[in-house]
Amino acid sequence: MPVAELLFWFLTGLSLFGALMVVFSKNPVHSVLWLIVVFFAISGHYILMNAQFLAIVNLIVYAGAIMVLFLFVIMLMNMNTESEPQKNRWLRLAAIVSGGSLLLILVAALKDNKGSISGVSDLEGGIGLIQNLGKVLFTDYVIPFEISSVLFLSAMVGAVILGRKESANLKS
Amino acid sequence: MASLTNRVKVLEQQPLSFMERLYLPAIFKGMAITFSHIFKKKATIRYPEEKRPFSPVFRGLQVLNRDEEGRENCTACGLCAVACPAEAITMEGAERQKNEEHLYREEKYAAKYEINMLRCIFCGLCEEACPKDAIYLSETFAPSNFTRKSFIYSKDELLIPHPINDKEGYDAARVSRVEKLKK
Amino acid sequence: MEMLQVDMMLILEKLLLIGGIITFSLVIAMYTTYAERKVAAVMQDRVGPNRAGPFGLLQPLADGLKLFFKEEIIPLTSNKLLFVMGPALSMVTAMLTSAVIPWGSSIHIFGREVSLQIADVNIGILYVFGVVSLGVYGIMIGGWSSNNKFSLIAAVRGASQIISYELAMGLSLIALLMMTGSLSMKTIVEQQMSGGWGGFLGWNVLYQPLGFLIFLICVFAECNRTPFDLPEAENELNFGYHQEYSSMKLGFYLFAEYVNMFISSAVVSTLFFGGYDIPFVNEATLALSWGDNIVAMLGFVSLFSKIAFFLFLFMWVRWTIPRFRYDQLMDLGWKKLIPLALANMIITAIVILWFNK
Repeated sequence: MPVAELLFWFLTGLSLFGALMVVFSKNPVHSVLWLIVVFFAISGHYILMNAQFLAIVNLIVYAGAIMVLFLFVIMLMNMNTESEPQKNRWLRLAAIVSGGSLLLILVAALKDNKGSISGVSDLEGGIGLIQNLGKVLFTDYVIPFEISSVLFLSAMVGAVILGRKESANLKS
Repeated sequence: MASLTNRVKVLEQQPLSFMERLYLPAIFKGMAITFSHIFKKKATIRYPEEKRPFSPVFRGLQVLNRDEEGRENCTACGLCAVACPAEAITMEGAERQKNEEHLYREEKYAAKYEINMLRCIFCGLCEEACPKDAIYLSETFAPSNFTRKSFIYSKDELLIPHPINDKEGYDAARVSRVEKLKK
Repeated sequence: MEMLQVDMMLILEKLLLIGGIITFSLVIAMYTTYAERKVAAVMQDRVGPNRAGPFGLLQPLADGLKLFFKEEIIPLTSNKLLFVMGPALSMVTAMLTSAVIPWGSSIHIFGREVSLQIADVNIGILYVFGVVSLGVYGIMIGGWSSNNKFSLIAAVRGASQIISYELAMGLSLIALLMMTGSLSMKTIVEQQMSGGWGGFLGWNVLYQPLGFLIFLICVFAECNRTPFDLPEAENELNFGYHQEYSSMKLGFYLFAEYVNMFISSAVVSTLFFGGYDIPFVNEATLALSWGDNIVAMLGFVSLFSKIAFFLFLFMWVRWTIPRFRYDQLMDLGWKKLIPLALANMIITAIVILWFNK
């Protein structure tokens, strides 16, 4: 299966490059567009793993909806280098420390896991297909699934309350 | 407030009923109307091939007339220029020489005769003012052009074709005139 | 990974099919512009284009040539790369959807069975959704990179409109999917073909009229067609997101709209009107007497006439109904279509459970 392997390495390279470009781009709009490229590459990985449903939902939800909203906000805020706020020196230090520790944790976690990573690309049997996924979600994982939907509901209610007009409060 | 007349009609706007709020019946009605228009008679004509007939009182470009022997009628009396409300007409008169009897009908003629078609309002007062039937308004209009200068029509553009040398052109230009007089 | 080890003939066959479908969609889109002008004309008691060629049939070619020869202007303050990318993205996303639409049943050439569908993936409808949701980037990137306030407003409008109507569209389709139990477009068509009266009683529109209506309205909104053409509202936004574009870049944007219309019509016909099903005719018995290839071709003609009807509907509505105001658009999407689609979904679920008992 050299074709699959070739595709795997290409997608891996693309996603890593895209992720780096998200961080290094000066223009926030470019960052968002690179992030979309990363999502595409990840979707490609899902397809290689025969998880077509996940791949396409990843595209619909993340690339198609959430990134559009991101882009939306960034376009309206008109961010550029002149209006970038100066950051506190201590804040920068804290950011470096926390980012560094995250990297440390990731490296530590992935260091010993060599076996399972190489096994990922020949995942067969179609657990990612929509029928199997639906069955698993509604039988084995029904409680986490429903709890996450409650979480979304609470987030939605919170957004509605935050977005409500102030005048309604003043009247009462 | 008391109304000034008793013709005032008070309109009361009812809240929309359920069927109206659905909008779909109104949309279908509108679509039926547009669909019926597909089969209606077309209001447009295919212009260069097909032309609308002018009305009998249409007044178009001026033409300087000649008599049957091809002599110019105009005597440069200037009555048309005086009558012109837009001051579009200028002319210069000249005296007819001995050997020019075949060119000009009377002893005086217009050496220069210009009408500015951008100023002209095609009212036809020049035609009415002319005592010699030397100018009349035809059934054509000035074609478009790129320069203002080209809209100042000189005598060669205004003169009707010669009735003997260019019989066809003369007849063609004359037809509309004859028909117009008949009506 | 057997999927990736395929014979060369299959690749050749698919490449030919892809080329054919792209050419076909482009030609159809070209002539849809012509049809649009003709339909507009006859609905307004006019004649319409009739100068270029007989009945003005060469008009799309003349328009294309004109666009090609126009001067290409890239605004000085625009983001050049993204400015060029905008129309390209628009066009690509418009063309991508055609991959999962079954254009007909299989035909037999040189002893091979050739399916008239580029990819029969088991998530066909989701794929359509994914591509449609990406279509908004063409508008957003183009509008933003023009560095023009009208374009930006249009881009923001377009994006929020498309996202809002995608929800109602998805919800209206869920009811349909509960009935079919499959996401593959081919399976959905085959299920509809097995209905009574030569397939006509199997058409989903008979079982999902409300779902069809919601889906159709959302398709109009997704294609930015009147009455939902707010992103290009010429009287408020000059020309909308493609205001700064000229030459063939503008052509791409305008063209993508027509390709989108064509593909959306194909999706609607496939999902709700039996796809390549010929109504009142049993294809299987006809195939025995006439042969598979002819029946497949007839099926394609049937699908195409359904598409042509929907294209006409697009134009018909455009020249009848005025544009929505922006708050009306959002009201319709969020407060009317989404609750309606949810109700439709619940009713469908109850009915299905009732019959399965």
